[in-house]
Amino acid sequence: MQYQSPASIDEAVAALATIGGARVLAGGTDLLVQLRSGSASPAAVIDIKNIAGLRTISETAEGFRIGAAVSGAEITDHEALVRAWPGVTEAAGLIGSTQVQGRASLGGNVCNASPAADTTPALIAARAVAEIIGPGGRRSIPVEQIATGPGKTSLASGEIVVSFLLPKRPARSADAYLRLIPRTEMDIAVAGAGVSLTLNEDGTIADARVGIGAVAPTALVLDGAPGILVGTKLEDAVLEKLAQMAGAAARPIDDKRGTIDYRRKVVGVLAKRAALIAYERAKGAR
Amino acid sequence: MTYEPKSLKVVGTRPVRHDGPDKVTGRANYASDFTLPGMLWGSILRSPHAHAKVISINTDKARAHPGVKAVITGADLPLPPPGVTQAGESAINTQHLAKNLLARDKVFYDGHPVAAVAAISEAIAREALGLIEIEYEVLPHVIDVDEAMKADAPLLHDDLFTEGVEPRPETPSNIAKRIVVSKGDIEKGFAEADIVIERTYTTKAVHQGYIEPQGCVANYAEDGQAMVWCSSQGQFVIRDLCITMLGMEASSLKVIPAEIGGGFGGKTTVYLEPLALMLSKASGRPVKMTMSRGEVLRATGPHSGSSMTARIGAMKDGTITSAEVVIKFQAGAFPGSPVGAAVMFCSAPYDIPNLSITGYDVVVNIAKVHAYRAPGAPNGAFAFETVLDELAHELKMDPIDFRAKNSAVEGSKSPYGPTYGPLGGIECLSSAKNHPHYKVNLGPNQGRGVASGFWINIGGQSAATVVVNRDGTISLVEGCPDIGGSRASLAMMCAEVLGIAAEKVRPSIVDTTAIAFNDVTGGSRVTFATGIAVVQATEDAVRQMRERAAKMWDIDVDQVGWRDGAAQEMNGNRSLTISQIAQKAAKTGGQIMGHASINASGAGPSLTTHLCDLEVDRETGKITILRYTAFQDAGKAVHPSYVEGQMQGGVVQGIGWALNEEYIHDENGRLENAGFLDYRMPVASDLPMIDAVIIEVPNPNHPFGVRGVGEAPIVPPLAAIANAIYDATGVRMRDLPFSPPKVLAALEAAEKAKANG
Ligand SMILES: Cc1cc2nc3c(=O)[nH]c(=O)nc-3n(C[C@H](O)[C@H](O)[C@H](O)COP(=O)(O)OP(=O)(O)OC[C@H]3O[C@@H](n4cnc5c(N)ncnc54)[C@H](O)[C@@H]3O)c2cc1C
Repeated sequence: MQYQSPASIDEAVAALATIGGARVLAGGTDLLVQLRSGSASPAAVIDIKNIAGLRTISETAEGFRIGAAVSGAEITDHEALVRAWPGVTEAAGLIGSTQVQGRASLGGNVCNASPAADTTPALIAARAVAEIIGPGGRRSIPVEQIATGPGKTSLASGEIVVSFLLPKRPARSADAYLRLIPRTEMDIAVAGAGVSLTLNEDGTIADARVGIGAVAPTALVLDGAPGILVGTKLEDAVLEKLAQMAGAAARPIDDKRGTIDYRRKVVGVLAKRAALIAYERAKGAR
Repeated sequence: MTYEPKSLKVVGTRPVRHDGPDKVTGRANYASDFTLPGMLWGSILRSPHAHAKVISINTDKARAHPGVKAVITGADLPLPPPGVTQAGESAINTQHLAKNLLARDKVFYDGHPVAAVAAISEAIAREALGLIEIEYEVLPHVIDVDEAMKADAPLLHDDLFTEGVEPRPETPSNIAKRIVVSKGDIEKGFAEADIVIERTYTTKAVHQGYIEPQGCVANYAEDGQAMVWCSSQGQFVIRDLCITMLGMEASSLKVIPAEIGGGFGGKTTVYLEPLALMLSKASGRPVKMTMSRGEVLRATGPHSGSSMTARIGAMKDGTITSAEVVIKFQAGAFPGSPVGAAVMFCSAPYDIPNLSITGYDVVVNIAKVHAYRAPGAPNGAFAFETVLDELAHELKMDPIDFRAKNSAVEGSKSPYGPTYGPLGGIECLSSAKNHPHYKVNLGPNQGRGVASGFWINIGGQSAATVVVNRDGTISLVEGCPDIGGSRASLAMMCAEVLGIAAEKVRPSIVDTTAIAFNDVTGGSRVTFATGIAVVQATEDAVRQMRERAAKMWDIDVDQVGWRDGAAQEMNGNRSLTISQIAQKAAKTGGQIMGHASINASGAGPSLTTHLCDLEVDRETGKITILRYTAFQDAGKAVHPSYVEGQMQGGVVQGIGWALNEEYIHDENGRLENAGFLDYRMPVASDLPMIDAVIIEVPNPNHPFGVRGVGEAPIVPPLAAIANAIYDATGVRMRDLPFSPPKVLAALEAAEKAKANG
């Protein structure tokens, strides 16, 4: 197996395009596990951690741009980002443990395409856009369009996600992410929910977006959520409807980690609770 | 040796453990840290089936691989003569062990070894496994213990006839043994009771979960002399099992103990060592073998899953009149579960006039179970202590008062025979009742559970040598691997007798050729039994030093006392320190070395009571442990930090067992969660600080009053947590583990039942 550590995106794209079966290596917290267990044996790994642009967080007129290989610890250390996107950053901070945090990236989390990836529902709720560079040039797609099934993505051969753009947004906006795991860390979500809200001055919800995870082959956008939430102040009946909608949208499986019935219920509970947290945060947000 | 109260300078203090720095800096050498020149890598081919006939094995292609230096199968390991080897808490049947090491005509579980290879690299060894062709005929399997006991269950062994029933059954079954403990007349007892409660419980197989997987290096020389480096709970049991398997002489095999990364009972037997020796013999090269976590979970000692029914009766005043318990344990592929301990000890904290407790040892298609911390006792206590909680509620009695009213005390007859000596049960209960923890108010969805536990503790064979160095330091030589701070405790007892600082005594655990046979580190025996050997060996050294001082002063030895690390002239004020005596040793009769080799009896049982506060998330079923306090009789805490550490560790393992740990098999009997992601042991952030309250009711049979402490703390948590869940929610959960989906389902079922009136 070859290891390459290019210094530019172009070099990385070229390497990926020329070596058949090469894989991108970011933090390696998914990929190295797969190599060791024998479930992946690529001809080459292309380490993108030495590509400067992939390791930075910047704030521009468009919003926050997070390099695809930035680690969870770097994300949760970035005060302005945490203030603007408490939900996305708490999702990134939930991955693994202190050790894993030093390496795990958003790009790896999203592109590994696990249905249970923690940042994906939060990024979906945040309307994050993935910026991709490949042999065919540059393109941008909403985050929910990357994973197409467990372990499968829409990325073409040679394509690399270079960054995620979290759009600028109005005052009184905030997000939240919650997941359920039987433990408190080092575990995989049984269900997860990300909620992003913008409030009117009177406290009613002006804009809402909800993503749910671990309850279908990919994370899902809860399309009907704005229809339930906008115009309300998250009254109990509204929350109940949200919970029901999340449960109904879920297409979970029965496995050793949870039953279908359990996952449907819990994803509703998490959506409800995340909405309440986002709402409280949005009230105070500038 | 008997207990005498004395003023102590070292015992009871908290020095830095001797092995601590090496462990925190990473210098300590564990099993897989050893490497020899020319070493090969061994790897094991394991059955993918839970139960199958082995029709044929073809190893030709693997042998033809240029990197492969040896291949072995069951045919290369003849069955040893029948016999049973005692390994701490487990009795090991030698023929079953051989069949477990390498399967013959049948495989009995997913992960059962079928062949092993040694190759020049780990990768080639693994590749070679893929070249071995095995034809199986898959048989129906059975894993659940109740299912396995049914007459039409798939039969594992056609030569297994239930022991312990008269007359001996005429047909074979999966029930290897029936054990009964009884006293009085239970039906008469139940007739006297005002209230009788009967409940059924189930638990799943769980694993010891030691962090260090099994590993070893073996080197078998042309002249038949061999060495094994491995981590285990007893280098002598490893040696004895290996020589029994391979027909070697004891003096031909030297087993060198590595530092051990956890054992909890699971490292008192062999899985790799005999195979590594065989591969080394066949290849003429040293062979290293290490297990992956998946292999550890699939093929090394889980602890039995169980099914239990407990029926207990009490009078209105709280007196328990009768108890009947039936306990069925999974034994795994071969007989020998620890059901006996569950039978003997589930009611042992109490003095109950009428008892009938029956245990069944049942073979099923999982790995042969092996000892796990207080083997069997937590299961029994789970059933017994939760029925007690229900009785206390029905009787409107405080659960601690109810237990105290029925507690066994000194002079009570134990359910398993002997009459108890001094016992700390009442002291634990009253300490719990008076503790601030018991008085804290709880919020909504929070609950508190109480449960007690008992572990018998054992003595056994131990040896120790105390070598006096010229500079007055001491080399303490012993033979029991240190799994819980025993080096520190033993050195402290040696230092106490000598009257010097613990740091001046350097303990080391030596190989099988450097000290007499020692039983395994198990049964919470080392601080007790090896402690006695150390005290005797130290006293032997002190006696010799007094003699040397007498010689140097030219007075009678009776005139020489010993205090604060020095010989003291009784009728004068001369004194000689250890180093002053040691430096003259060559001239006064040679080097000074104290020695003792004993078989200790009189280990005092350890009793314990736990308080657990938890909160239940009613919408997700997730349980958070809020506060946990363990009260335990240690007899005497030699090094209180390590007693607390044992109590905390046992509690944490119990919490994991209660909340999430379980073996999950698919419909083909394959283990679905053979890794720490889905075999969910607790992580540090799951737990509050576990508070440990040490009670000291001295054991009369140890010079400092020591009782074993390592195992008792895992006994009460299952019941304490079940009882706390009831207190929080009003729902009784009786099937482990209490994982979020199961808790939510139970809460919803209770709601439904309520709604339906
Ligand atoms: C102990 C442990 C605990 C964990 N806990 C969690 C958890 O709580 N929640 C959770 O969601 N995950 C968890 N994970 C999984 C993993 O840590 C995360 O998915 C992490 O975000 C992956 O990031 P990485 O940079 O390490 O990815 P890598 O392993 O480097 O890559 C993952 C995959 O994505 C591809 N890839 C990476 N970057 C790019 C890119 N920029 N463009 C295209 N493809 C790319 C790689 O080729 C590979 O297929 C855990 C893993 C471990 C080992």
